[in-house]
Amino acid sequence: MCLAIPMRIDEIRADGTGVADLDGVAREVALSLIADPRVGDYVIVHAGYAIEKLDRQEADERLALFREIAAAWEARPHEVR
Amino acid sequence: MKYVDEFRASPAAAPLRARLGRLGEALSARPGTVNIMEICGSHTMAAARYGLRDLLPPRVRLISGPGCPVCVTPPGYVDAAIELAGRGVTIATFGDMLQVPGSSSSLAQARAAGARIEVCYSPRRALELAAAEPAREVVFLAIGFETTIAPVASLVDLAARERVANLSLLVSFKLVPPALRAVLADPDLSIDAFLCPGHVSAITGTAVYEPFARDRGKPCVIAGFEPLDILFGLCGILAQLAEGRAAVENLYRRAARDAGNPIARAVMERFLRPAAAYWRGIGVLPESGLVLRDEFAAYDAEKRFGLKVGAGREYPGCMCGDVIKGKRLPAQCPLFAKRCTPADPVGPCMVSAEGSCAASYKYERKGGR
Ligand code: SF4
Repeated sequence: MCLAIPMRIDEIRADGTGVADLDGVAREVALSLIADPRVGDYVIVHAGYAIEKLDRQEADERLALFREIAAAWEARPHEVR
Repeated sequence: MKYVDEFRASPAAAPLRARLGRLGEALSARPGTVNIMEICGSHTMAAARYGLRDLLPPRVRLISGPGCPVCVTPPGYVDAAIELAGRGVTIATFGDMLQVPGSSSSLAQARAAGARIEVCYSPRRALELAAAEPAREVVFLAIGFETTIAPVASLVDLAARERVANLSLLVSFKLVPPALRAVLADPDLSIDAFLCPGHVSAITGTAVYEPFARDRGKPCVIAGFEPLDILFGLCGILAQLAEGRAAVENLYRRAARDAGNPIARAVMERFLRPAAAYWRGIGVLPESGLVLRDEFAAYDAEKRFGLKVGAGREYPGCMCGDVIKGKRLPAQCPLFAKRCTPADPVGPCMVSAEGSCAASYKYERKGGR
């Protein structure tokens, strides 16, 4: 019930609702709970509502950190902190 | 799925596990076990699914607390919904509620007996149902924690604007911070830190956890739901404990802003006010729920239908209450996997995919995988 997943907004309709893409499937998403939704934004969707925008920079930085940790581990497994 | 898969399958898992192990060693001088509690159905499910408990250092335990909204909802609530259905009302609900046992039957059983029970992925579906049949009352089962509350409360706004007069909510909303206070107040549980729910935090922000870190000395780390997020969050907690610190740390900034979501909170504030709420396994906690404000009484199913939601009767022997509080593991319930299975559940913890018993049945049972 608490499931909330990232989707990309592909379209914003006149009534303020949006159409979001989830792995190629179009889903209707209410956008009334987030500020300034834009086409192309990734949003966290729960119960048909976008509850927050996904901060892509934060996500990409975290992924980069994980890649770094992994690379350091592969090079010297016992020295990684 | 973009921004999901990358946090799931990654070569970073091995080094994070190793980091956990080292932090565990750093903590080995501490007496007793280190008890970390998560309070989120999605964490419960992910921990079981990915076998994360097997990766924990010795003497570090990850306990599932009262984080499954369906599980903390008392049987009396289901009884009230069935009673309404019996009066010819259409019940609109999230799918998880269907199999939850009331005192004597479930909504699924009521539906099989002819009641109109409609499963909705989004609360907005309830509005469509009401608009399509203006002569019929529709009641939406409004349960959930902070993440779910704003979307559901938005229904009142939509119904008012679209002049849909035959829709109301049976409200049993619950708030996470009072549950944390209750868990800490329990002398049988000694919780050392909280792994905080990412999507609840996306609404509340970090401030609600400050008293637990500052005044109670419990590290509170907000984490996402993919295995790497959880491993990273657990590393954050163990690091704080090893350093003797207790702070609120947000390790899920990609979705949860430190300030939370003020728009969602404004919607909650506009339609709802705090009230005491009954939690299965915990009892009544003051100011731990939200109910509709008096101005919106017309949308309050309890008032509209002159109904009082009671506690109801739990199945004898079901230990959901203890499981919800993290006092007992599902396998310690004598009914687990015997009288009680996902196909024929007697307690809500076995029903919801996010319930501890269901997660444990599916992923952690010996030979169950
Ligand atoms: S196994 Fe079934 S009966 Fe036992 S606590 Fe869990 S839900 Fe209740």
